Amino acid sequence: MTLIEERRNAHQVRRLNKPDPAARSRGGQRFLLVGLVLASAYSLFPVWWLIVAATKNRTGLYQSNGLWFSGMHLWANVRQVFTYENGIFLRWTANSFLYAGVGSLGGTLIALATGYGLARFEFPGRSAVFACVVGSFLIPIALLTLPLYLMFSKIGLVDTPWAMLIPCLINPFSVYLAKVYTEATVPFELLEAARLDGAGELRIFFSIVLRMMTTGGATVFLLAFVNTWNAFFLPLTVLRGEENWTLNIGLYNWSGKRLESGVDLTSLVLTGALLSIVPMAVMMVAMRRYWRTGVTLGALK
Amino acid sequence: MIRSQRWKGAAFTVPFQLGFVFLYLIPIGYAVYESLFVEHQSGLGLGGSTQKFSGLDNYQQGLTDSAFMNSVLRVVLFACVQLPVMLLISLLLALFLDALSSKAAGRFRIFLLVPYMIPGVVAAIVWINLYSPDVGPLTPLGKVFGLSWNFFAPSMVWPSIGNLLTWHGIGYNMVIIYAALQGVPRDLFEAARLDGASEFRVATSIKIPYVRGALVLTGMLSIIQMLQIFNEPALFRNVTPQTVNDSFTPIMIIYNQAFNAGNYHYAAALSVLLALILGLASFLFYRLTAKEAD
Repeated sequence: MTLIEERRNAHQVRRLNKPDPAARSRGGQRFLLVGLVLASAYSLFPVWWLIVAATKNRTGLYQSNGLWFSGMHLWANVRQVFTYENGIFLRWTANSFLYAGVGSLGGTLIALATGYGLARFEFPGRSAVFACVVGSFLIPIALLTLPLYLMFSKIGLVDTPWAMLIPCLINPFSVYLAKVYTEATVPFELLEAARLDGAGELRIFFSIVLRMMTTGGATVFLLAFVNTWNAFFLPLTVLRGEENWTLNIGLYNWSGKRLESGVDLTSLVLTGALLSIVPMAVMMVAMRRYWRTGVTLGALK
Repeated sequence: MIRSQRWKGAAFTVPFQLGFVFLYLIPIGYAVYESLFVEHQSGLGLGGSTQKFSGLDNYQQGLTDSAFMNSVLRVVLFACVQLPVMLLISLLLALFLDALSSKAAGRFRIFLLVPYMIPGVVAAIVWINLYSPDVGPLTPLGKVFGLSWNFFAPSMVWPSIGNLLTWHGIGYNMVIIYAALQGVPRDLFEAARLDGASEFRVATSIKIPYVRGALVLTGMLSIIQMLQIFNEPALFRNVTPQTVNDSFTPIMIIYNQAFNAGNYHYAAALSVLLALILGLASFLFYRLTAKEAD
């Protein structure tokens, strides 16, 4: 299944769906199904191949048919991944969880407070803050990451977890989402009522607004988590020693070993790659209710 | 709103504002400042180096640096081919899903979204191994059809990366377009069908115009991302450094200048230039699509 096939496919649609009211029912439906099955196969086969490859030993990987199993060496491979170089892979996994988990949690809290402030209060400079949020979508990562690297190295933060955690706290896209969610879920009247009852602004935020924003907050957290988990340029730049790396940087490094030093880690890289998908997949499936709305809301508003 | 309440509202945004100043504004200012200097080596570089103000020299050098300008051109050309292909496929799949019953659509939607769940770096690793002549299934598959394709050949690297990005991006874009399609009032279709419009006509005259906004937005976000492409070429460089050299994309050049050549000032100037190019590209894209709508 290649791109060319996909495109040919796209071509056929236009031809077959030409104005012909009679053809729309059965044949049309079947055609749609064929198109979707082909597209699904294209989407799934690389993942299938990865799963199969992770179960093979070296000989199987190089010599057997890539799309079917040949021996079951998954556990041996997993053990090898986790024991290679004193279990550095486990360290990378823990780091990825730390950066994505703690960073996103802090970032989400800040974003919810900011989104609430922007959506439900009038204050001087409000539109300027919002302009910063939207404008920052256009800033290339290199323009931020390189000076951050220099600044962090001056205060000795380079190559520490802080170099990853601090930038995660400020996420303009999260703020944008939080503002949209607040507008959709927190009514003015309720806030007024709470104020009349004598609740302080902080209390209103922590015990009413945050509770109403559970769904929105979960979405913001999920998207930030995925974003940090997938980050590449920032960790590559600010994390130099391998004990602080993330899974992505570690796998990148392993995949370059073959040309760099002649050590072929292909089998490790593939098993490691499969393992690094697992937390992401579990999280996305468990929270699919949230991220569906998040993905679409973020794009449409 | 009462005065004191206003300030309390503003206080909620203070942590973000502070963070924004320290993590966005100051770094950008710092990069701009640094870009105005050059490093001067005294003697053979043994006596250390000093910074010297050089005005816009770094920018002039960047604009006439053929490696940098070529890399920009390379990614722009690539974006002009890959983005329309990807968005077209996503649009078609969204239209397909929209024509199915919601139960069947839900099942396909999950399949099509699987690539989106996979981190970009892992996606690149998987495809690089699929392309690999040693372990990948695509090379033997080509032999069956009498094709001896080499996915890492200079002429094939961009199509190979393009396929990887398309695979990775279709699901996400499809979901956004599909969500926009769900927002089209259903009675519009019924009315058109009663008037004798074919399904194709309904799609082109009602559905596609209706999701224009979503398409423009995903297109814009994709352009911004594409000009900054780094991960995929960096991983390709791991296996085929001859084809994917260290000045393959603008960000790769910037990274190299900063961390391998140690030329931070020039790297800063190039990243400011890239930001300006990004702004210009987004502006042009916006103008172009806004005009078409009139």
